[in-house]
Amino acid sequence: MTALSMFEKIWRAHEVMPETAETPAVLYIDLHLVHEVTSPQAFTLLRGRGISVRRPDRTLATLDHSTPTDPQQVFGGVPIRIESAARQVAELERNAAEFGIDLLGLKDERRGIVHIIGPELGATQPGMTIVCGDSHTSTHGAFGTFAFGIGTTEVGHVLATQCLLQRKPKTLAVEVSGRLAAAVGAKDLVLAIIGQIGVAGGAGQVIEYCGEAIRGLSMDERMTVCNMSIEAGARAGMIAPDETTFEYLRGRARAPVGAAWERALDDWRRLPGDVGVAFDSAVTLNAGLVEPMISYGTNPGMVVPIGGRIPQREDEAFLKALRYMGFEPGEVLAGKRVDVVFIGSCTNSRLSDLRAAADLLRDRKVARGVRMLVVPGSQQVKRAAEAEGLHDVFTAAGAEWRESGCSMCIGMNGDTAAAGHYVVSTSNRNFEGRQGQGARTLLASPATAAAAAVTGRITDPRELMA
Amino acid sequence: MQAIHHIRSRTVVLPATDVDTDQIIPARFLTTTSRDGLGRALFADWRFDANGNPRPDFVLNRPEAAGCAILVAGRNFGCGSSREHAPWALHDFGIRAVISTAIADIFFNNSLKNGLLPVLVDEGTHGWLLAHPGAAVEIDVEATTVTLPGGRCVKFPLEVFARHCLVHGVDELGYLLSRASAIDAWERAPTR
Ligand code: SF4
Repeated sequence: MTALSMFEKIWRAHEVMPETAETPAVLYIDLHLVHEVTSPQAFTLLRGRGISVRRPDRTLATLDHSTPTDPQQVFGGVPIRIESAARQVAELERNAAEFGIDLLGLKDERRGIVHIIGPELGATQPGMTIVCGDSHTSTHGAFGTFAFGIGTTEVGHVLATQCLLQRKPKTLAVEVSGRLAAAVGAKDLVLAIIGQIGVAGGAGQVIEYCGEAIRGLSMDERMTVCNMSIEAGARAGMIAPDETTFEYLRGRARAPVGAAWERALDDWRRLPGDVGVAFDSAVTLNAGLVEPMISYGTNPGMVVPIGGRIPQREDEAFLKALRYMGFEPGEVLAGKRVDVVFIGSCTNSRLSDLRAAADLLRDRKVARGVRMLVVPGSQQVKRAAEAEGLHDVFTAAGAEWRESGCSMCIGMNGDTAAAGHYVVSTSNRNFEGRQGQGARTLLASPATAAAAAVTGRITDPRELMA
Repeated sequence: MQAIHHIRSRTVVLPATDVDTDQIIPARFLTTTSRDGLGRALFADWRFDANGNPRPDFVLNRPEAAGCAILVAGRNFGCGSSREHAPWALHDFGIRAVISTAIADIFFNNSLKNGLLPVLVDEGTHGWLLAHPGAAVEIDVEATTVTLPGGRCVKFPLEVFARHCLVHGVDELGYLLSRASAIDAWERAPTR
């Protein structure tokens, strides 16, 4: 028998109809996550054609992208300030009720960013196929799932049939040896990977991350790595499940229990790729050489170690990006002014991320003139952080402590930075205008972002840890 | 979906590489619940200044761009967010094909489902197109060819089923719904 990769095993197990020369495969989807921004037009289509949702039990909806993070607008009875966002929220509420879908509503204690809550509720389980009208669906691959982003038309296809038409993608192994050094996080690792393979380096492929360094990561960290697979252009990212995965899932609200749990464990243990499996391509990286990273340009491949210099290049795309950022080729980034610090997004807003930021802020203040926003990934993360007193650390330092949501990662809910301002952000995209028209994003880890908040400058977090 | 056989148009050239869907349509326009009328938001931050006035130097604002249905774009066009609003906005603006050497995965897929043809060409052809904005180009969907002025004809890759759907106006959802019995059988299989 041929050795199969984990991806291949999951793919085969979900082929309702295999692909042929003429037709793509009909692939079954185990879990469909829905949010307010990419779903309204899909529900309209269903309604127009008189089609119901095939498997409401495999569909889970939340509100995150355009929702307010201001406690007054969420819980205080103040209406959602942006009218079009309010309409979008109301529309998903109506659609969920009409089509019988489970919606974690605005005031629900389980609500949060779609890619945070799937794992947190135990809805994300090894071996699944998972889709969402959102490119960062790759996050769920951290559990050994084939999880990928789709457009709104395909959201409609899944609602109606629980299936998608798919051609099988190629596979890319990213093997990370060694161990991450102290104060270097999963965010630094994935930024280094994207810096190495480029923003189109994973195009058309599914990345499987493997190697000693990956095995050593917690589930939170694995999610950070898989989350940013899309920033390397990959269709999905995945990591083989192991004891770390099972421990994370045990006892979660939607995880199997009793005999079903034992059966699931048996299945999940068979998921990792067979010995000797061949990938279409492979790259390797030594985790021990990774340093805290920061981006300087307008795509996530434009990154350097925090003590490094912006490269010297002449091409127009590069120079255009630097003009937008207000930087020069060859400049050192450390020491540059920072206006806003954002801790949040589906990349880095889990409890461990908030702890990392709080550790640097404890008994310190946010520098004068710097605005710091801390937005937990979910209401559960928020409550857990509050139980540890992290919110006190943030507010005592002068940061804003918000309700969960995408917030300044995408700036749809009014949480934006001003034109020309520099934002050190734990999110995933530094595209032009992503955090506000004209705003300049520098992607970094929670520790690096917190260090920037304390000094008001781009700072190597290790300097504050000594 | 409407069948598409040929696209004939002058080209408009946007050579920037790695153009992400946040540029094609910024997030603040995504709080819509409709898919219509998004052409006005296309490249909003590149087309208009902070006061909402058109920037005369941006290619899509130039008089020559009027009526162009073919966009020649730089490498890795459409990367980033999965927002289908990007092809909706391009289509609403009047664009029917995007030609590049590389087009990002999700955007590529979304385009096919909305009557926007993603066309991949070799570096040489791409270089020629970049250097000749306004060239009259003809795309034959069924033959999967791009014909340049002067008659040079190059093939482009297009997945067989996607081509079938475009040429015959086949609706993929209809196709999937017609497979309902196979889906039923799969769901009933004893291992599940
Ligand atoms: S946090 Fe940002 S990247 Fe993640 S789902 Fe929300 S908008 Fe998308």
